[in-house]
Amino acid sequence: MNVLVSVKRVPLTGGKIVLTDDERAISTRHLGFTVSPHEECGVEEAVRLIEQHGGSSTVLTLGPPEAEEQLRDMMALGIDRAVHLVTDASNEWDPQATANAIVEAIRAEPDPYDLLLFGNESADAGNYQVAIRVAHKLGLPVVTGVKAITVESDQSVRLEQEVPGGRDVYVVPMPAVATVKEGLNLPRYPSVPGRLRAKRKPVASSTPARPQPQLEMVRLVLPPGAGKETEVLGNGADAAPAVVKVLDELGLL
Amino acid sequence: MILVFAERSDEELFRQALAFARSLGDDDVLAVGIDDPAGYSPDAWGTALAGVTGDRRASVVVGPGTERGNEVLAHVAAMLDLPMAANCTSATSGDPLTLTRIRWGGSLLEEAQLHGSPALLTVAPHAVAADPAAESDVVELLSVAPDGGVRVSERVETTTAGVSLADADVVVSGGRGVGSAEGFAVIEELAALLGAAVGCSRAVTSAGWRPHTDQVGQTGTKISPSLYIACGISGATQHMAGCKGAKKLMAINPDNEASIFASADYAVIGDLHEVVPAISAEIRKTRGGE
Ligand SMILES: Cc1cc2nc3c(=O)[nH]c(=O)nc-3n(C[C@H](O)[C@H](O)[C@H](O)COP(=O)(O)OP(=O)(O)OC[C@H]3O[C@@H](n4cnc5c(N)ncnc54)[C@H](O)[C@@H]3O)c2cc1C
Ligand SMILES: Nc1ncnc2c1ncn2[C@@H]1O[C@H](COP(=O)(O)O)[C@@H](O)[C@H]1O
Repeated sequence: MNVLVSVKRVPLTGGKIVLTDDERAISTRHLGFTVSPHEECGVEEAVRLIEQHGGSSTVLTLGPPEAEEQLRDMMALGIDRAVHLVTDASNEWDPQATANAIVEAIRAEPDPYDLLLFGNESADAGNYQVAIRVAHKLGLPVVTGVKAITVESDQSVRLEQEVPGGRDVYVVPMPAVATVKEGLNLPRYPSVPGRLRAKRKPVASSTPARPQPQLEMVRLVLPPGAGKETEVLGNGADAAPAVVKVLDELGLL
Repeated sequence: MILVFAERSDEELFRQALAFARSLGDDDVLAVGIDDPAGYSPDAWGTALAGVTGDRRASVVVGPGTERGNEVLAHVAAMLDLPMAANCTSATSGDPLTLTRIRWGGSLLEEAQLHGSPALLTVAPHAVAADPAAESDVVELLSVAPDGGVRVSERVETTTAGVSLADADVVVSGGRGVGSAEGFAVIEELAALLGAAVGCSRAVTSAGWRPHTDQVGQTGTKISPSLYIACGISGATQHMAGCKGAKKLMAINPDNEASIFASADYAVIGDLHEVVPAISAEIRKTRGGE
């Protein structure tokens, strides 16, 4: 079977977000980059499905030239090849344009995909829609928030979604689209041979034109801080009586 | 006319969506729900909602920021090929409509313009106060063709032992500073004494020390306890996105520069392996002496 996973390069922010002077991006001078944990689980699942059923796995991203780093990272985990839709880093693509470019890229691929995996939501923008748009354009069924995937012998796939009190099960024919959530599996760490192999794996790149955004970011704003007064209860084990006094005051004992 | 998608898996969030819709300045607000005896179907429900949107010539469609709210609105957006903004905190009608929405699970806000009509929006949880009005019970129900769409075929019930993380009144969490899976014994002991749920950071789930169901944060569980006790957690924005609903935050960490202290109401500077057992012992002593 052929499995596609879509990932998005995002900055790995630490304890505090700092914006660029034009307030249109996160300042990344001191930051590394990553993809969403949901998407990492999608990558791990794709690798496991191919190990189990045979076939080929592909990772796709729409992002700046530097996003090749994330494609290599994903190939180091066992993905076979990559598709890079190269964009100009200074302008965001809205979710509609992103979905359309992904659809065009999928249509241009030599082999069709049986399963197309996405994150439930992107780490930064959290639009909750790219995968659903791709599914509609390609006329494929889509299930979101998936935490378990089983490919059945009859070319259908069983997708389990966590809901309060249990799991809802969807069984859909392949090809199908699924958005996945962290917890689907426990992703492996890249091995040194994996990293070396990833350097030689193929990346097919193209440069789609960016349409006018319909959901257009104007600027980013940091939410107002909580402005909290922190009460230091003490150092080490000696703080225990002060902690218990607080617990008592809060009515928790 | 403004339509509100009456997705009522969470009544509070539905009423927040209603309040948001009423704030947009059009008096003509109609809540529409789906009557589907066959259960939930995101695309069939999307088809029904897209239909009524056209029939009523709605200028805005608002959905609650629940999983189903976002999912069904995204289907409507895909069917009508219109832009959609998820998890908005405010909006002002106009051409284009201007809005503010959350990014990074709420750690960052985005001001944006939405070009396209009808405008499709969902409302970020707890960004606006819920509409208390009795008339919000008035919901027009749409029926759905029983044959269409991807559908839930089976519900598997899971029984969870102990206090659920999402609903717990007190949560005691451990981060990388706990050091190992076994290290969580001290966290579990304190949690048991307080009738609390145990939580953790992503560093912990990635290391395999705890299951992902324990993870608090942007890609884990969002919690809003009366008290959150964070032990050995640095306070990354993605972790804080999951616990900013906590009424009080206590942090235990030897690094007084750790960013978690910026959000903490109470701080203990120290090694959790000394501090946490001492707190448990002190609780026992206090209770024993009653
Ligand atoms: C898109 C995205 C989503 C994410 N989602 C989540 C999420 O849902 N939840 C989440 O938690 N993270 C999430 N992360 C990861 C996040 O960025 C951090 O990497 C993670 O929260 C760090 O966990 P930590 O604080 O336990 O570890 P660290 O950052 O390594 O901090 C460990 C802390 O322990 C302290 N410490 C060390 N020894 C002791 C001791 N003996 N006693 C007490 N303290 C000690 C240290 O001083 C330090 O402050 C996400 C990241 C991304 C990019
Ligand atoms: N620029 C992108 N490149 C590749 N995949 C993307 C991109 N943006 C979004 N996606 C995919 O679509 C999912 C949902 O994104 P969103 O609709 O922005 O929440 C993400 O988790 C990715 O799998």
